[in-house]
Amino acid sequence: MEIQTMVKPTTVENTAIKVQVKGLSVYYGKFRALTGIDLTVHDRKITAIIGPSGCGKSTLLRSFNRMNDLTPGCRMEGEVILEGENLLAPAVDVVDIRRRVGMVFQRPNPFPKSIYENVAYGPRLYGIRRKSDLDEIVASSLKSAALWDEVKDKLHQSGLSLSGGQQQRLCIARALAVEPEVILMDEPASALDPISTLKIEELMQDLKKDYTIVIVTHNMQQAARVSDFTAMMMIDEQRAGRLIEYDATHIIFTRPKDKRTEDYVTGRFG
Amino acid sequence: MWKHWQAVSGGIVNKKIKPALKPNRILRLHRIFRHGDRPWQGLIMVVSIFIIVLMAAIGWMLWRESSGARFTFGWNFLAPTTNASWDPVNDHFQAWPFIYGTLLTSLFAIIIALPISLGIAIFLVELCPAWLRTPLTWMVELLAAIPSVVYGLWGIFIFLPVVVTPIGSFLAETLGNFPVIGALFAGPMSASGASRLAASLILAIMIIPTIAAVTRDVFLAIPNSQREASLALGSTRWETIWKVLIPYGLSGILGAVILGLGRALGETMAVTMVIGNSIEGSLSLLRPGYSMASVIANEFAEAVSKLHNQALVEVGLALFVMTLLLNILARFLVWRVASRTPQEVRA
Amino acid sequence: MTRFGKLLNQNRIAHARKRKTGNKVMLSLTGVLTALALVPLVWIIVYVILRGGKSINLDFFTQLPKPLGMAGGGVLHAIEGTLIVTLLAGIFSVPPGVLAAFYAARFPNTPLGMALRFSTDVLSGVPSIVVGLFAYAVLVKPMGHYSALAGGAALAVLMLPTIIRTTEEMLKLVPHTLREGSLALGASEWKTSLSVLFPAALNGIFTGFLLALARAAGETAPLLFTTLGNERYDLKAIISGGVQSHQGFFQILDRIVNQPVDSLPLTLWKYAQQPYPERIEQAWAVALVLMLLVLIVNITARVWIQVRTRRMEG
Repeated sequence: MEIQTMVKPTTVENTAIKVQVKGLSVYYGKFRALTGIDLTVHDRKITAIIGPSGCGKSTLLRSFNRMNDLTPGCRMEGEVILEGENLLAPAVDVVDIRRRVGMVFQRPNPFPKSIYENVAYGPRLYGIRRKSDLDEIVASSLKSAALWDEVKDKLHQSGLSLSGGQQQRLCIARALAVEPEVILMDEPASALDPISTLKIEELMQDLKKDYTIVIVTHNMQQAARVSDFTAMMMIDEQRAGRLIEYDATHIIFTRPKDKRTEDYVTGRFG
Repeated sequence: MWKHWQAVSGGIVNKKIKPALKPNRILRLHRIFRHGDRPWQGLIMVVSIFIIVLMAAIGWMLWRESSGARFTFGWNFLAPTTNASWDPVNDHFQAWPFIYGTLLTSLFAIIIALPISLGIAIFLVELCPAWLRTPLTWMVELLAAIPSVVYGLWGIFIFLPVVVTPIGSFLAETLGNFPVIGALFAGPMSASGASRLAASLILAIMIIPTIAAVTRDVFLAIPNSQREASLALGSTRWETIWKVLIPYGLSGILGAVILGLGRALGETMAVTMVIGNSIEGSLSLLRPGYSMASVIANEFAEAVSKLHNQALVEVGLALFVMTLLLNILARFLVWRVASRTPQEVRA
Repeated sequence: MTRFGKLLNQNRIAHARKRKTGNKVMLSLTGVLTALALVPLVWIIVYVILRGGKSINLDFFTQLPKPLGMAGGGVLHAIEGTLIVTLLAGIFSVPPGVLAAFYAARFPNTPLGMALRFSTDVLSGVPSIVVGLFAYAVLVKPMGHYSALAGGAALAVLMLPTIIRTTEEMLKLVPHTLREGSLALGASEWKTSLSVLFPAALNGIFTGFLLALARAAGETAPLLFTTLGNERYDLKAIISGGVQSHQGFFQILDRIVNQPVDSLPLTLWKYAQQPYPERIEQAWAVALVLMLLVLIVNITARVWIQVRTRRMEG
């Protein structure tokens, strides 16, 4: 199998680069899970990562906020550069990275606290104590997450009392409350019903005005609907994940260069 | 799984017998006993009833055997008082000094044991490298395996002179001079070091494994998504533990404390050996005292008068009721945690 | 950047150092507390081995106690007593415990099943001294004398909850395909229980039993007024005397279990309170024997469980 090491989008739009991944490899113990990833994430665009399951999509996503550090025996090589700063450098403050790069998980995971406390959790960490400040942050985050109208009268009810789709938007609001620059979404709608999924997708279009979004999805229609750029990943003979094609979404889905991408997006892939 | 099995075997037992319309008696008996299932189920049921009866019998026996003391002294027996008398010669008994000793030493033991146990649980679940986890868990649990009398012996000859007396004297000189809490830390320490403080410290060592083990299980049961949610927002590990994990597991931790308290209340030998066994009026932690279990251990075999005997059984009854209530409370808390968790999964 | 972005930024920088230091301090503290909890464990084990080891010799295991104040002698009587009492406790607790566990595992959600679970929980929380009072009231008082029998029964009550719980857990671990396989072959339920489930769970049940037994062997409080103690107890003399006077098996057995006996923890407790240095040194030796007994059983049982679960999983 021929492997291209460097894939660049053919259509370069007039957008700044937000994150640049250079030669990223990730190991779990001796096992190499990702190898030689090069990728540029554009500012205020939605970048989708697609590929068959087990190809390292989530591992790649978790390199952007160093959540991989939490897996024992995990080691990363290469560079992930956010606005000129290499996030993988040993001296980097992991805690600060995770504020700048927010994350939304596959299953909604609100804290068993009130809706208000869920959103206020992040700001409180950074020392914001004044009630009026917190109130405003909570309100504006919930508005940005398109949840405000549904919960404004019950801010002090448990976050767990909400429906699944609402819980996921609560988690988005919680991430927004610390003013991240990039938001990572790890299959954010895979546990939700179609209507809730649609709401999340609409929300992403709103959020993209202010935030850079990277989303992992196994749902190709979703990637085609919401994203501006798409990265296609696949595992090689050593079972390590590789980036095989990266381009503007409409190109990936209409005239991909790689045969494997074409097979995958047209559903012919085994 | 068991339900499944029940369904399978239930089909064999019930449905085969019922449709047979009024077979004659012998045939029916034959069918019942051929498989041997009815006698088997009957046997395990009778044994189970026996266990339940045993539990009830403990309470009932204590109630019956203390009737004379309950009748003679009424609630006064248990009521707080400053100058209680425990007088086998004149057959007058009030149990307050023992109740006070038991409560004070147990509570103080919890105050010491809780932070240490929390630290152990957090270290084991959240920080400890994988290879160290099992040996450390075992070592902590071995603390609970050492017999109570061995703790007592070590307490009398080593722990009291080397650790308790210096700590006690220090507390008497410092906290002892404060206006309100001073009463709790009034000196002087006895020369041997035997005191309520000694009992509390030994109790703390003995209940740490209980509290740590339950708390560890509570932390292990917290879904990883909670940790990830907090860390992804930029919390430090400690902030995640303190602001997310501990609130999440709070009622479970409370359950652990209550189980530990139950153990402390009933602990007999080690306490008897180091508490000093004295009924003096002082409220101080640093003075010798007495506990409910200790007075039973020391006096029951030699109690001559009937009333003395019954008074000691009543102390046992009070102890039984206390541990029973704590147990019910702990189960309730654990049950509440268990019934709350699944909600999080709904999506 | 929004107003909140600025607010966050200011506060974030001001708090960063404090948060990081707090994190480091508190995380290290948990390690320190863990180490602190292990200090008494190491201290007790090492000290008891060093001091108890000095007074241990062959006589200690084979001789009866010498009169007070005299050096030498052993604690054979207490070793015999401990063996007899724990053996009795095992006999009294295992059959009902295992049978009740079958019920608990088979009918967990029936009213009786729930009552059984609750009773087991309560029993495990009853202070051992209270169990001693109970055994005194139901056995010693009606029989009119202290005995190994009453002590064994008291310890059995303490062992029951552990045996029920471990057996129940082990029965639940048996894969249900095994049960169904047996039932599908037409075996009746009780045959399945005894010939399939019980053997499959036997190893786990046995380790649970050993742990409970080790615990019971170290108990003192329930024996204080059930076995009472008996420094002149001499198993050899009872048996040889019985044989010589042509007593039957049951008569001899009756003399063995139906009189007061001593036990190791009981002896330790009494010796520790006596003003004779020889006795105190012997108390340390008893502590050593008791501690080693309990620790060895504990560690063996744990290693055994670990090895077996690994084999089952792997």
